[in-house]
Amino acid sequence: MVKVKKIKNKNTMVKVHFIPFVHADRMAGRGRGRGIAAFTFNIEALGLSRGALPETALGPIPLFPPVEYKPVPLKSGEDEEYMLALKQEIRATMKNLPYNIPVPEEKPDVERYKEKYTQKVYKNKHNTWTPDWQRLPKELMPQKKKKTKPKVTKQVKATSKKEKEDLLSKLDELEKKDQKSDDETGEKAADEGEDEEGGEGVEGGEFDEEEAEEENDYIASYFEDGDDFGGGSDDNMDEATY
Amino acid sequence: MTAQEVRLCGLLLQEHFGEVVEKVGTHLLRIGPLSLRAIAHETSTPLDLVKKSLCVLLQHSLCSFEGTQKGPRGVVEYRASCERILRMLRYPRYIYTAKTLYGDTGELIVEEVLQRGHMTMSHAVQTVADRLTHNMEEGSSMEYSEVVSAFSRLVETHLLQRCPSVTEGPLPVASSGGPAASATVPTLSECQTERFNLPPITLKGRGKRRLSNEDNEAEQARGKRARLDDANTKTSGDEGIYWQVNFERFHQYFRDQAIIGAVASKLDQTSSEIVRTMLRMSEVTTTPTAAYTQPLSVNEIFRALPPSYSISRPVLEQYLTLLVDDPMEFVSKTGDSGGGMYAVYVHKVLTSLARATLESVVQERFGSRSARIFRLLLRKRHLEQKQVEDFAMIPAKEAKEMLYMLLSENLVQLQEIPKTPDHAPSRTFYLYTVNPLSTARMLLQHCYKTVANLIVRRLNETKENKRLLEKSQRIEAILASLQASGAEAAQLTEVEEMITAPERQQLEALRHHVNKLDSSENQVDETIFLLESHISSTMASR
Repeated sequence: MVKVKKIKNKNTMVKVHFIPFVHADRMAGRGRGRGIAAFTFNIEALGLSRGALPETALGPIPLFPPVEYKPVPLKSGEDEEYMLALKQEIRATMKNLPYNIPVPEEKPDVERYKEKYTQKVYKNKHNTWTPDWQRLPKELMPQKKKKTKPKVTKQVKATSKKEKEDLLSKLDELEKKDQKSDDETGEKAADEGEDEEGGEGVEGGEFDEEEAEEENDYIASYFEDGDDFGGGSDDNMDEATY
Repeated sequence: MTAQEVRLCGLLLQEHFGEVVEKVGTHLLRIGPLSLRAIAHETSTPLDLVKKSLCVLLQHSLCSFEGTQKGPRGVVEYRASCERILRMLRYPRYIYTAKTLYGDTGELIVEEVLQRGHMTMSHAVQTVADRLTHNMEEGSSMEYSEVVSAFSRLVETHLLQRCPSVTEGPLPVASSGGPAASATVPTLSECQTERFNLPPITLKGRGKRRLSNEDNEAEQARGKRARLDDANTKTSGDEGIYWQVNFERFHQYFRDQAIIGAVASKLDQTSSEIVRTMLRMSEVTTTPTAAYTQPLSVNEIFRALPPSYSISRPVLEQYLTLLVDDPMEFVSKTGDSGGGMYAVYVHKVLTSLARATLESVVQERFGSRSARIFRLLLRKRHLEQKQVEDFAMIPAKEAKEMLYMLLSENLVQLQEIPKTPDHAPSRTFYLYTVNPLSTARMLLQHCYKTVANLIVRRLNETKENKRLLEKSQRIEAILASLQASGAEAAQLTEVEEMITAPERQQLEALRHHVNKLDSSENQVDETIFLLESHISSTMASR
């Protein structure tokens, strides 16, 4: 509902509503009088005086503007205190669960003596975690690392002996035909045999590597930080300290 | 995924899972679905760390995967879920609710399942029994069967649900992919009928008390014995069936609590009990986003009232009439069969609660007169400047200032209605209006920003006093070990004096600040819940 004021003279005045973005109009008055602030409309016609306007903003608001009203105090009761305790407990326990992945530390250039003997995160039944691989895409399974090389080479040695015997017998048989071609095929077969064994060793059960390491008393490799997902490389620590 | 939400999610991930997971998670949130190699390349993180982080995120259902047909052999894409990460803020509330409903056992079950993402029933029962036994006195231990019964009760009321299980569906295999392609991505499908079916498990035993020397033994026997134990663990018949917390059901419960609280404060205790009965009866039949509950007849309500509230039938009908006639319109009459059919108008309740939140925000920030203007605009929708001054009974100059303040904060919008084709300012109507939905959204973003700021401030405070905190922790450890080995009082006081009095004061102040910040986070989350429910209810009803 708008009131239309009709004045006796020709101008019919309609209610005009003030638009707050006044400070931009300073530009508009530049042509008329230098630096004098002027508006696009006749300000007296609105019934406003210059002093009645709010101050123009002279820049962005400060980062911590002054607060006029103090905030209401927090609710504090038994429920809130219990939930507070729960929250802090959850935070603390989550840090110790295996889901918390620490940032791998930078290794110093020289390996310190104490690194061999300081107890890093000790992995026991409560600290390691293997997800159910059936529910996850296969590509997320961690790949084999260098530690499996001894296992691979042993298996290769074990089986390649048998293969070599077969090959030797085969060679003896074929010796009559052509020596050079027989040697080549023999080498190729040996290579293929080794490759196959290596491949199977890599794809096999990932977490059985501990078995291989248990069977010898020698440290297969030095302890390295954050290598394997659940593998207990710490196992070697106990066996090494005599 | 607004910038504020991403920032808050990043902070939550960092607090709970460490910086590596945070980097991967925020990158996924910002960019969208990505493949494994792309993530590793763009975040310049080693591939195995990325794999571990993705496993962690998937375990907690914060992320999902999908096999796509992009690339020569089909690529698995991972997608992080912002909404789900923000739920982590509400974990204490879920656990506390479980405690009030099902006691300590229920509380521990929900806590364990929340901390581990999803777990099998047997694993959950064993862990909870061990924890309960640990807290009980010497000699007594917790039976597995008690924990199993608590678990079943949680499942019956739908607070826990089964995770989607792996199906053997064949994937569309690309032409160059061999049989290996179909095995790289498991398909997880949710079976609606089986969501709340308990598996038959054979689990007998009691909780084990973990003594301190057992820990040392476990440490030494890690290598050989650990694997022997694994070989001997009884497979309790529910392999592959995982359980997770059903957040929707918890939210429904919180919403019901809010409704009952609102009715109780507006009317009286008895009417709130009636509404509570109505909500309880329609718990399982109402979908979470429904606008109305199922209609209930007066007969049913009368029979379902708790025996402690023995009110007669006519009195009940009078109460219901009162509820219907109330201008709040929380309960509405949908028919006359069975003595009258009544339903709770959930959407209206949530809208009123959200509105009350908005009004109180304006009041606390700008004063009660600005709040009066705001409420006026909410009720009358569109008003001119002069009308605002008249209806609010505030002098023109102050009304103008307050309106401009609200306008600059974007709580109030200006609507132009031109009279002439050229929008001449002198010949246009300018109406002030409030748009509740967009204002609610804006406030929600403010809430996210608030919580993020609170977390950052708390981290900053702890970082500044890190040295002091570490010192106090070491001294506590020394004290504990001294007490365990039976030291004299003199030694104890000597150790305690290692912390000087001003340091003690500083520690106390730090603790007070951290508690305050934590408590604020919890309470801002309540507002977040109200606003989110309102927004989702409005969007669903459109």
